[in-house]
Amino acid sequence: MPQLNAVPMSWYLILSAILFTLGVAGFLFRRNIITVFMSIELMLNAVNLSFVAFSHQLRQVDGQIFTFFVMVVAAAEAAVGLAIILTVFKNRQTLSIDEVSSLKN
Amino acid sequence: MGTNVMPSGEELLRFLPEMILAIFAVLVMLWESRHDEHGERPGMPAFALIGLGLAAAASIVAGAAPGYAFRNMLVVDSFATFFRLLLMGIGAMAVMTASPFLRARKAEGGEYYSLILLSLIGQSLMAASNELIMVFIGIEISSISSYVLAGYLKDDKRVNESALKYFLLGSFATGFLLYGVSWIYGLTGSTNLNEIASILGNADIAPDAVLTGAATALILAGLCFKVSAFPFQSWAPDVYQGAATPVGAFLSAAPKAAAFATLLRVFLTAFDPMADRWLPLLIVVALLTMVIGNLAALWQTDVKRILGYSSIANAGYVLVAVAAHSTLGISAVLFYLAAYSVMNFGAFAVVSLREETELKDFEGLAKRQPATAALMTVFMASLIGLPMTAGFFGKFYIFQSAIDAELYWLAGLGLLTSAVAAFYYLRVIAAMYMKPSPEGAPEMAVPAASQQAVMFVAAALTIGFGIFPGWLLDWATRSSGLLR
Repeated sequence: MPQLNAVPMSWYLILSAILFTLGVAGFLFRRNIITVFMSIELMLNAVNLSFVAFSHQLRQVDGQIFTFFVMVVAAAEAAVGLAIILTVFKNRQTLSIDEVSSLKN
Repeated sequence: MGTNVMPSGEELLRFLPEMILAIFAVLVMLWESRHDEHGERPGMPAFALIGLGLAAAASIVAGAAPGYAFRNMLVVDSFATFFRLLLMGIGAMAVMTASPFLRARKAEGGEYYSLILLSLIGQSLMAASNELIMVFIGIEISSISSYVLAGYLKDDKRVNESALKYFLLGSFATGFLLYGVSWIYGLTGSTNLNEIASILGNADIAPDAVLTGAATALILAGLCFKVSAFPFQSWAPDVYQGAATPVGAFLSAAPKAAAFATLLRVFLTAFDPMADRWLPLLIVVALLTMVIGNLAALWQTDVKRILGYSSIANAGYVLVAVAAHSTLGISAVLFYLAAYSVMNFGAFAVVSLREETELKDFEGLAKRQPATAALMTVFMASLIGLPMTAGFFGKFYIFQSAIDAELYWLAGLGLLTSAVAAFYYLRVIAAMYMKPSPEGAPEMAVPAASQQAVMFVAAALTIGFGIFPGWLLDWATRSSGLLR
């Protein structure tokens, strides 16, 4: 354990915040549906990192267990999400988010 | 930490509704596989309805002895029981509306009923969870099934798009919620709502107020998506318009009611000690949600889109009652959610009779199908909030709770926007009664028995709650005390 403490706690949290922000930025600015989806996964992994960091700081095992829940849910979400993306591609032959916008008045 | 990990019978009873739903979700799929793929496959809606009935009965039995389960992860109190019963009712309406709708499109599959039941498991957990990770899991069980439901009828381009938008924006919002949860965990060392409340309420050990506030705002943002409140409201009209109509009806009622249950429980239990920090934020969100929902609805020409924007506006009204931050406010929320679920579902059930849902497709409906037009008028009148309807008392209690909390201008602006809202609901009524049938308008499908049952029961409840609100209000008031 002492080696881990060589890196200050705040660094983990800053890295997690940077990853989360990158995920949000990717979601907002990327135009490819798969990349947008990957940005969401990046956000979830940033959350996992902060859970583990907090868990280490609090000397509790709970936070690490939470990451398993997040990973399981993310996997389920990926399965459903990729299936949805696949049907969109099948019907439209495109993965550009700008071209998937027929629902308007 | 005790060593006994086996849950007691009492705890299992408190989890029984979810277990019944899960069993029936599987049974429906097994039942379907007994039949030929292309032949008639009767009995699936009946299976789902039996499951919902048993789960509702289990909710009542479990609700008779309030308490915690699984190391305080779940709390079954009258509040959770109210939502469980409301959700089962919405589920039953979704099953009965969808069955003829899907049969007419040769798309009736067991997975539809399974997904409705699975999604209800998540929503029922959301109403009963007493722990932030449990909240997250409940939301995700509900959402992942909802994403698939939104994409039901997968060969339709608009359905695909609806599912895609719902999925991407939903997961995005969950990311915010979860990041907030991780910070609350880091700051307080707990994810249990009661423990968080006692830590935040103790000035000696309360963590940094700015960081806690930021984490709370992240959780609020995630929940705002689920209730389609500003600034995460833009998905609602697209999803409700694109999805198959019975699915849209379900999505605009059940996940939303469950999200309000979560919002109330999390913010009035865990974050209650810092209410003076999040209440101003909530008031602004409520105000903007009402204004944006109602104004945007004015320009719509598609009835499903009108209902989509109306669902945003209605979320705004409910948030006004949440912002009142009182027991009266909670009972107003419960009353309004029940009233809204019934009247909104009724309106969607009428819309589901039509292939095209433009306003002009409803022209002259009163001549062709007077009964259906009359029912639609009841639902629209209730959504406007005319007296003698459930919507009237719903709005009355909401604005009364706001005035009691001295939020005069919020109540005033709420009333003003709901007056504006009358215009777009009246457009639907005007199209049905005052315009002639267009030349060569396709004959409207005669509603099947189960659809008629949903429409008539919804109309009867809408008028019933409007004339005798006492019974529902009593129940809502009894259910407004959160077990803390």
